[in-house]
Amino acid sequence: MSAATAPAGAVMANGASQAIVSVRGIGKTYDGGVEALRDIDLDFPAGALTALLGPSGCGKTTLLKIIAGLLEPSRGEVRVSGRPVTGPGPERAFVFQDFALMPWATVLRNVAFGLELRGVPKSERRQRARQAIEEVGLAGFEERYPHELSGGMRQRVGLARALAVEAEVLLMDEPFSAVDEQTRRKFQEDLLHLRQVERKTFLFVTHSIEEAVYVADRVVLLSRRPGRVSQVIEPQIDRGASPEDIRRDRHYLDTVEEIWRGLRQYVD
Amino acid sequence: MTELPRASFNERAPARAAVAEGDGIAVPLRAGAERAGDHVFWWRLASIAIVCGAWEIAGRIPINYAFPSFFETALAFGRMIADGSLPKAYVSTLQPLLLGIAISAGLGIGLGILMGLRRTAEWFGAPVFIVLQSAPVAALIPLITFVYGIGLTSKTLAVIALALPVIVLNSYKAVRNVNPSLVAMARSFLASRWQQILRIILPDASPLIFAGLRLGIAAGFIGVVLAELLITPTGIGDLITYHRSVADYAEMYAVIVSIILFSAVTLSVLQKLEIVLFRPEQREAGA
Repeated sequence: MSAATAPAGAVMANGASQAIVSVRGIGKTYDGGVEALRDIDLDFPAGALTALLGPSGCGKTTLLKIIAGLLEPSRGEVRVSGRPVTGPGPERAFVFQDFALMPWATVLRNVAFGLELRGVPKSERRQRARQAIEEVGLAGFEERYPHELSGGMRQRVGLARALAVEAEVLLMDEPFSAVDEQTRRKFQEDLLHLRQVERKTFLFVTHSIEEAVYVADRVVLLSRRPGRVSQVIEPQIDRGASPEDIRRDRHYLDTVEEIWRGLRQYVD
Repeated sequence: MTELPRASFNERAPARAAVAEGDGIAVPLRAGAERAGDHVFWWRLASIAIVCGAWEIAGRIPINYAFPSFFETALAFGRMIADGSLPKAYVSTLQPLLLGIAISAGLGIGLGILMGLRRTAEWFGAPVFIVLQSAPVAALIPLITFVYGIGLTSKTLAVIALALPVIVLNSYKAVRNVNPSLVAMARSFLASRWQQILRIILPDASPLIFAGLRLGIAAGFIGVVLAELLITPTGIGDLITYHRSVADYAEMYAVIVSIILFSAVTLSVLQKLEIVLFRPEQREAGA
């Protein structure tokens, strides 16, 4: 039951048919000549939660934004359900690090915003938004404004907005990095619960090893700039256990240690 | 950003002050900041009273034979309302002012937004308005008179010359300073370019656009008074010039103070209007 590892750059053992997002030969060089990513080949299996982990500045967020269609790659191709990505699409929803909530809109309107843009009639989008708000545990806050909420609650709004559009793939860019530690832990537990209820694929960028191992089925380790896939780890952790037990679990601790050994070389 | 503290819009402050007073006595240490907030109305009244009082004293010393006291000025104000000269002057001054501000606001906000959204418009427009904003436009007013005579056109142009650059540049900066993360959010949820502009960029830019509009209107007031002093002796400018020439200093000051107050009231009404129309989250917080 030790953590299974695969060599760098390898295509995943999970067959290509199961991969909902596949990344082929992605490279990104910014206008200033900074090479952020080089030769990324990755498959993200449907229904799994994959964490992208790496030292700061390794291009994890760049990769996520390329998959989201918010950034153009310099080389290579991303396919979602077999279709090449040329921009944002309805099957992907993004959760932003800084929440990206409209300060002038209520929680309800913020959550319904994706549906509003798609021209969903008001009553229907309100109903779907209320459902998403309840799902993230914010029922009763529908008519509040973002500035009246705590950081953790704001990120729940961001999450609810992504859930409301019923995308198959949720792309989360360091979603918990701007909230305090207690909120963060609660959030991680809620995320685990959420992915049991929702049949969705999660791509999750983080710089926290513990967070990656705690929530993810697969952890993709990126090297320092230019970012490349250095290792893919599948923590074998019993998700049915209580959060306290998981955090004390031997495999959990061993995997954290193993990843730390892998990352250490990139830390000066 | 440019908003005044919330409490300043709170008309119920006096009513709430009574409650806070009880608190203040019970816990005097904690109360400082809160009481200041709840006593806004009285502090303002005190501020006005002190200014008027100082004016009255300065007028009675007198610091200058041409400096009337507060009460003399207030009486002169009453007389000018009664004989109709002040209302008549305002009617004549408001025409170029309103016309100029309407044109500056429409054109300025439109141009500014366009410059914020399009690089080519920025390269084309920004230098002109940056130069205009830093230039002493008042010096151009006599030139306008040469070209357009002494009528309404000249005065309207004077208002526009002062109001337009500041409105354009603020609208432009407002659009440029829109939170890029919000735009990325809209894009990721499949907003078209128009949806991005109408639902994200304009609402997010509106506080700065309105700040520019307020500055522009203040500049417009300067423009119209300058025009009336320099170009045609009509309206407010004429009243000031006339009363100075016959040494009715109380009347002259009454006119000057009235235009200052009129400008201040206009601007604060505009600010309230902005909050009612565009910033629901602040309206709620202030209620």
